[in-house]
Amino acid sequence: MRIRTTLIAAGLAAAGLLAAPACAQIKIGFMAELSGPQGALGQDQYDAFMMVVEANGGKLGGVPVQILKEDSQLKPEVATQIVDKLIEKERVPIITGVTFSNVMMAVHKKITEKEVFLIGSNAGPAPIAGAQCSAYSFITSWQNDNQAEVVGKYANDKGYKKVIGMAPNYQAGKDFIAGFKRLYKGEVIDEIYTPLNQPDFSAELAQVAAKNPDAVYVFYPGGLGVNFVRQYKQAGLAGKIPLLSTSTADGSTLPAQKDDALGVISGTFWGPDFNNPASRKFVEDYEKKYNRIPSQYAAQSYDAALLLDSAIGKVKGNVADKKAFMAALKAADFKSVRGNFKFNNNGFPIQDQHIFEVAKDAKGRVSLKTIATPLKDHSDAYHAQCALK
Amino acid sequence: MTLGLFLTQTLNGLQLGVLLFLLAAGLTLVFGIMNFVNLAHGSLYMMGAYFAAAVFNATNSFVLAGVVAVPATMLLGMLVERVALIRLYQRDHLDQVLATFGLILFFNELVRIIWGPASVYMNAPEALSGTVMLFGFGYPAYRFAIIAAGLFVGAGLYWMIHKTRVGMLIRAGATKPEMVAALGVNISLLNTLVFGLGAGLAGFAGWMAGPILSVQPGMGEPILILTLVVIVTGGIGSIRGAFYGAMIVGIVDTIGRAFLPTLLREFLERSLAQAAGPAIASILIYLLMAVVLAVRPQGLFPVKHG
Amino acid sequence: MRSPQLWAAAVLLGLLGLVPVYAAVFEQPFYITLFARILIFAIAALGLNLILGYGAMVSFGHALYIGIGAYAVGILSFHGVTSGWAHLGAGLAVGAVAATVVGWVCLRTSGIAFIMITLAFAQMFYFLSVSLKQYGGDDGLTIAARSDFGWVNLANNTVFYYAIFAVLVALLLLFRRIVDSRFGMVLRGCKSNERRMAALGFPTMRYKLAAYVISAQVCVVAGMMLANLTKFASPSFMQWQASGDLIVMIVLGGMGTLIGPVAGATGLLLLEEVLAGWTQHWMVILGPLIVVIVIVSNRGIFGVLAALGRTGGAGRARPGGTSGEAR
Repeated sequence: MRIRTTLIAAGLAAAGLLAAPACAQIKIGFMAELSGPQGALGQDQYDAFMMVVEANGGKLGGVPVQILKEDSQLKPEVATQIVDKLIEKERVPIITGVTFSNVMMAVHKKITEKEVFLIGSNAGPAPIAGAQCSAYSFITSWQNDNQAEVVGKYANDKGYKKVIGMAPNYQAGKDFIAGFKRLYKGEVIDEIYTPLNQPDFSAELAQVAAKNPDAVYVFYPGGLGVNFVRQYKQAGLAGKIPLLSTSTADGSTLPAQKDDALGVISGTFWGPDFNNPASRKFVEDYEKKYNRIPSQYAAQSYDAALLLDSAIGKVKGNVADKKAFMAALKAADFKSVRGNFKFNNNGFPIQDQHIFEVAKDAKGRVSLKTIATPLKDHSDAYHAQCALK
Repeated sequence: MTLGLFLTQTLNGLQLGVLLFLLAAGLTLVFGIMNFVNLAHGSLYMMGAYFAAAVFNATNSFVLAGVVAVPATMLLGMLVERVALIRLYQRDHLDQVLATFGLILFFNELVRIIWGPASVYMNAPEALSGTVMLFGFGYPAYRFAIIAAGLFVGAGLYWMIHKTRVGMLIRAGATKPEMVAALGVNISLLNTLVFGLGAGLAGFAGWMAGPILSVQPGMGEPILILTLVVIVTGGIGSIRGAFYGAMIVGIVDTIGRAFLPTLLREFLERSLAQAAGPAIASILIYLLMAVVLAVRPQGLFPVKHG
Repeated sequence: MRSPQLWAAAVLLGLLGLVPVYAAVFEQPFYITLFARILIFAIAALGLNLILGYGAMVSFGHALYIGIGAYAVGILSFHGVTSGWAHLGAGLAVGAVAATVVGWVCLRTSGIAFIMITLAFAQMFYFLSVSLKQYGGDDGLTIAARSDFGWVNLANNTVFYYAIFAVLVALLLLFRRIVDSRFGMVLRGCKSNERRMAALGFPTMRYKLAAYVISAQVCVVAGMMLANLTKFASPSFMQWQASGDLIVMIVLGGMGTLIGPVAGATGLLLLEEVLAGWTQHWMVILGPLIVVIVIVSNRGIFGVLAALGRTGGAGRARPGGTSGEAR
């Protein structure tokens, strides 16, 4: 009994300690997947966000901010509890981060219906871009389908007639294949969905080799992407059948794929070779501070921090004036690393989408090289379903 | 579907089976001899892969990676056994499950602290990075190497257990530990050795898997579940059972994944087949295990004696 | 019955019952959410403990029933059915059918085979729920509002908390009766020596199956509450780690004691909360801590108390190991 009551006491005390309010500063909740196998993306998001905060001396928009870092552990029920804690206990006016779509789906309504601002810097599932959109949510990344649509357009432009699509068998996987098909006019001769936890693709790659398509489109995020790209090379398919991808060869996986990924085509909104002042500064600072090439996830979160910096500055720290703050966020008056940036009616960006090829950069490191921009000022497919103006 | 494709897929199944066998052998030995459930076996596999990747990145030598990783994993296994697990042999299985569950959490987070959350790079040796033409398809040479190495190790294990003195003691220890102890054999040392052997095999599997699978935190769990399926299907405690179980699970899983969606398309409409195919393929081995256990609770190839 | 165990149980329940008061006094409504989650997992662990602690049936797949409960609420709400009674009816009906079928197959085995076959079934349902594209697949299903039970307004967090608390207390009382009933005696008899029970003429399979179904139904109820708390139903509720967590809670609290699972759930989830507050690498502390707790005390928090109380004549439970036959 003693053990237990002490535990409870310790728990309450520790929680109580954190609750001590600090005045005259804005509390911002940062929630992402930080632990476990999926922690890499969340870490990139956090590092880039904190880089802005630290460079500004702990301030955003000239106002001191306190960042409350929370790990949602890729468990929706933990994420909802964190949101309750951030809103009810810490009374944060802003929550940022959110890595995975299923976590986003679990918390989006909960955050926005309490009139707390959600600055999502990764996941962009379709429902929250369409019917479930909210004036309180601003996404600095993309709607999930966008990055697949651009690859579909590219496949069209290249004149590929027969393509095989492959993705893990879960919602995002199906969304990406659907996104690819939206702008692709040729024939998707097969769609292969592999179990989410299946790390080996030998069986599927043999099927692909047998069907010999013009190109293969895949969506394999994180470790799955590392496996897939390597096995694609080992199966002798690299260089024979072009590999088009989304979130498969990116800043988070290239360090583990290295030369195996050379030649892989990837579609997204930003790459480390972008030649605009904001992007150059970001890449330079990030490499100096963390000694690695920033991933797109870092870039998205960096933009989230810049967006907050501009909007908080505009309202002079008075984020309690929700109307004014909402307008300031919507204005998106900051220099994005991607160049053009503006918000659509549903709080998702209208932006260019580019195609990259994995190649060696000037320092001989494996990185992404911009080769085409098939979609300019591109909106997502769901914004018309959103009731907001 | 051609015969060539079918044979290629069978080979793929065999390769998965061999990898599973390396893990299942260690797990089943520890279970059979010490009556100990070690959920942290997958973590040892992960540590083996990380050791190998670390050495590979430092020296760029695939062989050296294995030379270091296998003994290192072995030592780590024996260390964990001596420090913690040795105290749990007399406890019931639940305590063992719980303690080794704690070890899983520890190792996953440990590699994250040391090597970071992202995957670590490792590649196959240059000589094995190409493909071999077979049945009209290019088959990755490295996967051939895995099959060969796995079968070689399996044969070595068989020889050790059935033809050497240590093997005899291991077999004796599995049936009548008290008697072996009474004959003056240091049972505690024997246990540690067996545990080390299992850990070494797991490390070997981790080293082999490094170039095809991504080396990352938590990589041990999915394969641990598969390994448990293997030893339960094959019959707990039996190396023979682990071998056949691994081959059956490997081939059923691969063939199911490869051909079930196509097969279903013959009967169902396209969109339904695309939805049902992967779902059924992913539960196939669990279905197999449930059926086997329902009919033969002791598994397909149970230990004959004891 | 003045055993330390009983006293500790009363204190623990008293503290848990006072959480909304604490939350109100310190203006920290968040504690209600946190402890509501703890209570829900305590209920699930309590359910599992009926077969694990008293019947030596180590089910590694009870998260399956949490998932069924959550999806009963989620799917019905998705189709516009908000009545809590409908949710409850559907959840219990589906749970009963699933548990009877799964239990009937699984109970043909015992020991480690039973552990694995229950895991297999949970994995099958997990993959099935992932492929439910219409209901969000892997992303899960958002629930618009809490179940509507008429005059009990669950939308109010305090009311919701006390509703969960009332269910927990009611289940504790019910289980106390079950464990001491003829049914419970037979169950415990099966744990120590099933063959003898069968020889005495008891249809042990029927008893064990009944216990399995009751235990599953409790988890279904917990799953419905979890869906209501998070307003979300997701396949991740059914992951094998979730089943593992339940076992950790029971063993940590002391299996085969009634209040043990409640203590275990409270202890584990609070520990996670506190450690996660300290460091992002909290698992590197929690892991070895679990190992140490297992090594030092093989009876869990309440097992120790039960041992103390046994001299006082309250030895209602005998925790600790009897799965030697599991080989």
